[in-house]
Amino acid sequence: MSERNMSNTKCPMPSQDAKVRAHNFDEVATGYTLEMAVGEARRCLHCKNRPCVSACPVAIDIPDFIERVADGDIEGAYEIISRSSALPAVCGRVCPQETQCEGKCVRGIKGESVGIGRLERFVADWHREHGSAEVTKPEPNGHKVAVIGSGPSGLTAAGDLAKLGYKVTVFEALHTAGGVLVYGIPEFRLPKSIVSREIDGLKALGVDIETNIVIGKTLTVDELFSKGYEAVFIGSGAGLPRFMNIPGESLKGVYSANEYLTRVNLMKAYREDSKTPIKKSRAVAVVGGGNVAMDAARSAMRLGAETVYIVYRRSMDELPARREEVEHAMEEGIIFKTLNNPVEILPDENGGVRAIRCIEMELGEPDESGRRRPVEKPGSEFEIEVDTVIMSIGTSPNPLIRSTTPGLETNRRGCIVTNGDDGLTSREGVYAGGDAVTGAATVILAMGAGKQAAKAIDEYIRGKSE
Amino acid sequence: MFRILEKTALNPTVTKMVVEAPLIAAKAEPGQFIIFRATEDGERVPLTIADFDREKGTVTIIFQIVGQATMELNALNEGDCICDFVGPLGVPSHVEGLKKVCVVGGGVGCAIAYPIAKKLHSLGCEVHSVVGFRNKDLLILEDEFRAVSEKLVIMTDDGSYGEKGLVTDALKRLILEGNKYDEVITIGPLIMMKFVCALTKEHGIKTVVSMNPIMIDGTGMCGGCRLTVGGETKFACVDGPDFDGHLVDFDEAMSRGAMYRDFEAHARENCNLFREVK
Repeated sequence: MSERNMSNTKCPMPSQDAKVRAHNFDEVATGYTLEMAVGEARRCLHCKNRPCVSACPVAIDIPDFIERVADGDIEGAYEIISRSSALPAVCGRVCPQETQCEGKCVRGIKGESVGIGRLERFVADWHREHGSAEVTKPEPNGHKVAVIGSGPSGLTAAGDLAKLGYKVTVFEALHTAGGVLVYGIPEFRLPKSIVSREIDGLKALGVDIETNIVIGKTLTVDELFSKGYEAVFIGSGAGLPRFMNIPGESLKGVYSANEYLTRVNLMKAYREDSKTPIKKSRAVAVVGGGNVAMDAARSAMRLGAETVYIVYRRSMDELPARREEVEHAMEEGIIFKTLNNPVEILPDENGGVRAIRCIEMELGEPDESGRRRPVEKPGSEFEIEVDTVIMSIGTSPNPLIRSTTPGLETNRRGCIVTNGDDGLTSREGVYAGGDAVTGAATVILAMGAGKQAAKAIDEYIRGKSE
Repeated sequence: MFRILEKTALNPTVTKMVVEAPLIAAKAEPGQFIIFRATEDGERVPLTIADFDREKGTVTIIFQIVGQATMELNALNEGDCICDFVGPLGVPSHVEGLKKVCVVGGGVGCAIAYPIAKKLHSLGCEVHSVVGFRNKDLLILEDEFRAVSEKLVIMTDDGSYGEKGLVTDALKRLILEGNKYDEVITIGPLIMMKFVCALTKEHGIKTVVSMNPIMIDGTGMCGGCRLTVGGETKFACVDGPDFDGHLVDFDEAMSRGAMYRDFEAHARENCNLFREVK
């Protein structure tokens, strides 16, 4: 065992300077060096009850991989992570570690937790650059499984099933695979080359990816069964963007975060040579406080906006976004107008946006989510002058699959109902996971659901053929 | 791959393509649309399905060359493949149980109106068609409409073919002549649909319009295609594209439709298709 590092703080993440990066789409954090990674890994105490592992939705053997890093055996560390996670380069970048593994780390009691996410990212990136790309194709077991959606849950389920020998076909509605990793999360937070590399890895395992197929339209779930698929996993993701139903939301210059980010990310509107238009904004208000809101705000800044506001109805403490994203956004100059709620978007003379009228809020009693309910302060309305408003207040589930799959139970919000952890729906052989089940959540929770469902699908098909 | 089997110029700015797309052809119904991306770096653009052949596995599209994406599509020839072609999207037009309908098409919107007229005709409905164009050169689908319509009125703005005037003039006359329509179905420029709806509202005739707003994914993810219908936010891609015309906020739809007009004009100036011509 290598010598322990008792520093109370994490090795800082090398990053582009905030003033520079606020104007480019290159990745914000540039990643640890080998020396930094080894030093950080030596901060792990290897405590007996391993709270970090139980707080990880896919239960990565965190202390074991960290020990390999401390010993300089990065490929060994990669092998340990890849046993549990199909997308380590992605998770190291986008997981909310502070509420998961790092939130439970014993080192976090007296100082900062071990930088588990940063180490995971380092290991995955090291493997990409130095490791062997060779994949041993598993022995086919003769069974076919269909996966709907190529986002985090679908890719995880596909990878796990392929490793068990299943012939997996992933059906993707868009022209590029990756789901939210491609259309939603921006390049500066998750380079698309990393996503495509992970997808290439799945293809090397024998997974087929069929783009341009909308399940519920081009084909139905029942048709998949008649084509010989023995089980179906639905990972179709979150759905239609929500709006506030306040006056002015249909003005030119009002976007849903989904549309704004899809234009920027999937359609590459941030590039000079892109054929996809995006509004050149001067001042932008992003409504909402989640990761998607941070992504939209920081993208708007990079596209040249002079002033970008986050308008959020609760306080800084309740922001649902990952802590690092909030910190990065503040460093880049995003202005947080918390405890404010929009009441109207005001037009200019051309049908565009002139301003957003907000009302101040204060926090009252906790609501059913456990967070203190924001209450309007009467008479406190004021205007913020902006020419663009981006609504980032969540989504409601997509109707295409539930409306074309008889017997598929959904709840009153329209989310697919599953039987607890294994993702089984009300239809035999049909499993579901990710945002289609939970409503908008995180990449890692979707991956966890994909993983559980893959295990359940394997048990189901083996049980049937016995 | 989505191979182009036939390409025909219907007039100088409108092209018809028959595309190999068996999965879409197997499911398509009148009123539904596809989204295409002509090339690897192109825009995603919705086009309503003009016709389909389930046996041959083909889908027909008819489009007007208006912007960069349609220029790129038009640059492809028979034997070439369209990069992406996805569908059928949207809710099919409601055609069941209608006994007498007036189908009103304007310009390239006639390409969308035609399959609906054809379907109604095949179901035994009495179809009157009113089609309008700026002039004779832009006329499309005359024979096709004639084959499925009990009555066909062709209008041109300049009187160079058919009758001179607007589609609303012809529709008004048909209504005043005593034709009792169960429904008017109208597809064309927003301004035309707006005035058709104003006329039919006066006469209390239910009117269905087909909306074609800006879209990206077309599957209910981006929300770019939202419209206000009866005071509610609706998404053309999953709730439409057909809506009750008397409830649609056309002025808002026209304003939103013009959101990227400057960008499109700029694209035309810089487009290689034009550079090559120069």
